[in-house]
Amino acid sequence: MVAGTAQPAVRSARGRRASPVLWLLAGAAVLPSLIPIGLLVWTTITAGADAGGIPVSRLGELAASTAVLVVGVTVGAGVIGMGTAWITTRTNLPRRKLWATLVSVPLVIPSYVGALSLLGAGGNQGALSQVLTAIGLPALPQIRGGWAAWAALTLWNYPFVHLLVTSVLTRMDPALEEAARGLGASRRRAFFTIVVPQARPALTSSMLLVALYTLSDFGAVSLLGYETFTRAIYTQFRGRIDITPALFLSGVLMVLALVLVAAERRGRGAKVLRTERPARSPRIVTLSLRQRIAARVFMGTVVAGALALPAGVLAWWAARGITDNLGSISVGAETANAVTAAAIAAIVTVVAAIPVGVLTVRHPGRASGLLESVTWSTYSLPHLAVGLGFLVFALRVAPFAYQSLPLLVTAYLAMFLPQALGAVQSALRRVGSHLEEASRSLGHRPWVGFRRVVLPVIAPGMLTGGALVFLTTMKELPATLMLRPTGFETLAVRIWSTASEGLYTRASVASLVLLTISAAPVYILVTRDLE
Amino acid sequence: MTEQANPTIRAREVSKRFGNTVALDGFSLDVWKGGLLTLLGPSGCGKTTALRIIAGFDRPDSGSVDLNGTPVVSPGLYTPPERRSVGMVFQDYALFPHMTVEQNIAYGLGKDRRHRIAEALELVGLSAVAKRHPHELSGGQQQRVALARAIAPEPEVILFDEPFSNLDATLRDRVRRELRSILTNADATAVFVTHDQEEALAMSDVVAVMREGRVLQAAPPDLLYRRPADPWTAAFIGDADFLDGHASGGQVATAVGVFPTDLTGRVSVMIRPEAVRIDPDPAGAARVLDREYYGHDQLVTVALENGSIVRSRMGPWPVLDVATPVTISIGETSIFPVPGDPS
Repeated sequence: MVAGTAQPAVRSARGRRASPVLWLLAGAAVLPSLIPIGLLVWTTITAGADAGGIPVSRLGELAASTAVLVVGVTVGAGVIGMGTAWITTRTNLPRRKLWATLVSVPLVIPSYVGALSLLGAGGNQGALSQVLTAIGLPALPQIRGGWAAWAALTLWNYPFVHLLVTSVLTRMDPALEEAARGLGASRRRAFFTIVVPQARPALTSSMLLVALYTLSDFGAVSLLGYETFTRAIYTQFRGRIDITPALFLSGVLMVLALVLVAAERRGRGAKVLRTERPARSPRIVTLSLRQRIAARVFMGTVVAGALALPAGVLAWWAARGITDNLGSISVGAETANAVTAAAIAAIVTVVAAIPVGVLTVRHPGRASGLLESVTWSTYSLPHLAVGLGFLVFALRVAPFAYQSLPLLVTAYLAMFLPQALGAVQSALRRVGSHLEEASRSLGHRPWVGFRRVVLPVIAPGMLTGGALVFLTTMKELPATLMLRPTGFETLAVRIWSTASEGLYTRASVASLVLLTISAAPVYILVTRDLE
Repeated sequence: MTEQANPTIRAREVSKRFGNTVALDGFSLDVWKGGLLTLLGPSGCGKTTALRIIAGFDRPDSGSVDLNGTPVVSPGLYTPPERRSVGMVFQDYALFPHMTVEQNIAYGLGKDRRHRIAEALELVGLSAVAKRHPHELSGGQQQRVALARAIAPEPEVILFDEPFSNLDATLRDRVRRELRSILTNADATAVFVTHDQEEALAMSDVVAVMREGRVLQAAPPDLLYRRPADPWTAAFIGDADFLDGHASGGQVATAVGVFPTDLTGRVSVMIRPEAVRIDPDPAGAARVLDREYYGHDQLVTVALENGSIVRSRMGPWPVLDVATPVTISIGETSIFPVPGDPS
């Protein structure tokens, strides 16, 4: 008997055109994302000839110092993340789940808070120095400069590698390794010929992400005093009336970022991931006593540096502040501002993501694909460059918006739209188009079906996207620094400015508040993921 | 089927492409009121596309569809699904997950719906679970909710897209019977899509066999099985063996006998295993080649003297060992001309 396979449950809406209203809404939502990219093109054309007045030797210096940091951090984070991922998924180290959680948590610590904890640890007044002198050891020197920047960015970026590689290692089908062993391969050969090639795309992809974040980082390098593109851009921007040099450097930085993104995209294309977890758990390597000790030392060092150090240092400075003088360290206004801005940004971004999501999921095509790429490109641009782009836009095109909350929120929308979009898209894909069709076959117009059926069903996805945008906005520093209305201090801005003035007590209190508030959206995201 | 002015559905020369894929290519079909018609075909033959065009979810490139004599699709005309009065039961049921059973059914109803909801629930025997959410129901129950939801607004016709493919085999038979009786009680006109031949034959008033975007034959199940329009349909609908022969003078001689025919020239004689009777006979020229024993029946493969093969479906006994000599007698056959042969 001829038996065909069942038709796929979700059919794309090929051949059905999206309504002009949908295009209009989606286009409006993506419009802000075009501003920084447009600026990049414009700058390259106008300032490209004389490099914005920046000497070529200076450009070379910046490129070299940035490259050293990017490579160093990427390799460091790659080694640490691969190590923690392998130990927590493939060995019999006791309490693997706990270790896995502990090494993932540093993800929530923004780089400038990490930098603050390094600043607050060393020096004569530093938390760690105080502990050392108390037990009769010499105090630590002030922790600054290139090595400090490398340590900070490595310690608070390796979790990306850890998480991505972990997900591949746990989803890898153990049957593949067993088949290799059955064909006569040794354990070592099976590991290098089967496991590593499968994990490589995730490793490469996560390392390129780390490279991108390092390239874009402003908070850590500016606080720790290491000269990169971002720091130079900010200096140019603050010190001069003519912002053409800053714009030119931003242009260079954006190009570098887009190159990294393109490389990451290419690497991702080769990925041969299983999307579903296999029925059996992967092979577990039994550690010898010596190996177990080595694994514990490694994991312990990572957790001590990335988690215990910032927690301890921040708590120490905050406690000092509370015992000394409570009044001057209050961050109530900053907290209110940060939460307000982040909440508005989250709502606006999620609402904007809906038409873009419907268009890209229900009407896939070249035009909607282009729209989506624009949002992703802007998402990957350094926030400092995006901030500068919006600033120039306001100065030259929309002076009424200069230093206004709507402009800041628009910049957040441009930077974080893909976070909400991704959540909305995956929710829409899970719904499928059948629910909308069922609604229409029951006599309701398309809009009614969307409102009564689709929206309630994708609401959890919208909440996830909103939580993600809220979290990222709360932590965002460089664009906020450039675009905020005068006197509108957020927690991130306050942490950075007080830390750079050496006011570690106030910076630590603000950091602890920031981390505490971040816990709520993180909780939403984690519990959603578990469903 | 009574004579009527207009069929409930009339599709004429409907064609539809998706990119380079031709889904429908001159699809024509009439569905008459009160019956259950099944679109049967291998996967990719366009049957689901046909359903979606009738419902209004896809627009054809050309051709027309009338519902009760009113055009809903023709060049320059397109009535959206919400104004067609066509119910649909989806393969994945598409129940609204955030609504209760009752709310799902109420969705397609206007005012004065309490009565209709109760009626629909009673019809599918789910009054007890009215307040539950879809995820709290079994697969069979979900399916009946989908049916109740589609029936409640009293559409002209209800379309079913592979409605049983998500049910396991034991449940499937029961649900199929239930569905049949529910549809009869509701006096509904229904169109099913399936790729399962037995399912199509067992439950339909009319089966329309589709291949490569068009209907090859639409007929009641028994007629389709016994008098298929062409060899492909014959083989698709059920087991069939084909013996070649040369027809002349009103008959064709084959290795298993002589059959009357109006055709001349080369022909192909289609023989269903059920029409083949075999008897053990020490003098028989044919030999048992293989036997598949199913319990309720068995399929015996026999090699003829000239090397041709026919199969016989027979009762569970006698049990014939391989190599047993047998004689063969043939009941009903269908005879097709061999294409390309001048007749």
